[in-house]
Amino acid sequence: MSDTVELSTSKAAAIASRPEDTTHAKLEQVVRDFTRPGESEPFRALGPVDLELSHGEFISIVGPSGCGKSTLLNVLAGLTKLTTGSVTFEGKSIDGNVPDGVGVVFQEDASFPWLNVWDNVAFGLRRAGMAGDETASRVEEALDFTGLRDFARAYPSQLSGGMRQRVCIARTMVLRPRLILLDEPFGALDQQTRLLMGEELLRLWRETGATVLLITHSLDEAAMLSQRIGVMSARPGRFLEILQTGWPDDRDSTIVENAKFGELTSHLWSLLRQETMAAMKQSTDGARS
Amino acid sequence: MNSRRFDMLLLAAAFLLFWAIAARLAGPDALSTPVATLTRAVSLLTAISFWDDVAATGHTMLWACLIVLAGGLTAGLLVGSSRLATQVVEPMLGPLYSIPKITLYPVILLIFGLTPSATISFAAIHGIFPVMIFTINGIRQVPPIYERSARVMKLNRFQMIRSILIPAALPEIVAGLRVGFSTTLLGAIIAELFASTAGMGFLLIRATEAHDVIDIMAITAILFAFAITANSLLMRLERHVRHG
Repeated sequence: MSDTVELSTSKAAAIASRPEDTTHAKLEQVVRDFTRPGESEPFRALGPVDLELSHGEFISIVGPSGCGKSTLLNVLAGLTKLTTGSVTFEGKSIDGNVPDGVGVVFQEDASFPWLNVWDNVAFGLRRAGMAGDETASRVEEALDFTGLRDFARAYPSQLSGGMRQRVCIARTMVLRPRLILLDEPFGALDQQTRLLMGEELLRLWRETGATVLLITHSLDEAAMLSQRIGVMSARPGRFLEILQTGWPDDRDSTIVENAKFGELTSHLWSLLRQETMAAMKQSTDGARS
Repeated sequence: MNSRRFDMLLLAAAFLLFWAIAARLAGPDALSTPVATLTRAVSLLTAISFWDDVAATGHTMLWACLIVLAGGLTAGLLVGSSRLATQVVEPMLGPLYSIPKITLYPVILLIFGLTPSATISFAAIHGIFPVMIFTINGIRQVPPIYERSARVMKLNRFQMIRSILIPAALPEIVAGLRVGFSTTLLGAIIAELFASTAGMGFLLIRATEAHDVIDIMAITAILFAFAITANSLLMRLERHVRHG
């Protein structure tokens, strides 16, 4: 079976194999407290939050700075332990252990500067001990998908920020994750590049059938890309509202011309305005003390 | 000819000119002229006995560099890859390195006697600290995002060191090797100057005692050329591993 076929049928397969249970990942009463160095009282970064991700859905999380969005993602990725509550992925508990089938794209440039684009993308497959020809075909496919084919031999230092983020997306996608977590992946890019990368992300979601959770501080991005949008409060982050966008699957960036898009973003802003002011006050108080 | 090469030639010409003027001002008792020095250097290089001393210093450098490479890298990697070990060891390394190592030479001579082992160990303690310090720093400066990405790709501790920490820190590690090589050479020459029976440093101190200014300058020029060549080769390697 060729890889392209596998890729395009994987969504159908993913849905068909689980006809009853649509829950892919689940957070129940999740709380994460941190203790700052030199302080005895822990502070609450997140929670309690409840969230259910359905198989193959695209959900975005928005919220003011420091509200615990990234902590939420780290909890799902197994990169941080829970204080209380439970997280499951495909029915198995995650608590500080990185689960199989989860891929993460970070905001920071995580491309490895000592490897060229091809080797960067192949990195995870080689570490997992995958055979050379299978690695090669997956890498080639990912390079084609992300438009990096002509840059396969280039080093990250020779690429723009957007291209480097594509390297990270390709590196995640070759591992065929069933849940893709993205932590403000386009945060460092200019607005036009963001729009294009958003379209690419939609295409990736459609073609792989993976469940996608996107953390973003851009309300437009959330409104344009997602089926559901979780709006979080100022710290400690909790969900104020989880709303449905009702967009068709084959949407792209032209959706911004839709009248409903404006309504959606202004509704998001009306929810977030107070919270953003509260978050600003928190960080000012933090700086003063 | 590219401009960089032209600049280097210009610099060399300016240096020779400065040297010629200085030699004229200081007189033949203190400084020999460039022409006399380079002529002597060539005749030294064509004498067979000179190569015995080169071999002696080469032998010292070879063993000292092996010790520096193996010891410095291993210790640097072990300490650097553990946050606790870095916090414990690193604050001690700076002060330890700043001790004038010559004060340890009498102890080394008492342990090893007037043998190659003494010069080798004295040279090695000069080189091992920079290699360790650069390696530890190189690893500490690896952006945490690389480790987080690697954790998501389920790398174990050993894979993390081999596939993330070492390649990410490699430019710093090579810079450390370059500095380590220079200081090891320094240590080897100092050891030979003070107590030895052969080697470039031994030739230098013998020429000094005989007040043979041209010999002193010629040996120095040869050492200088060797150090610069080795340094620029290692710098080229450093640029190569830095990938732009």
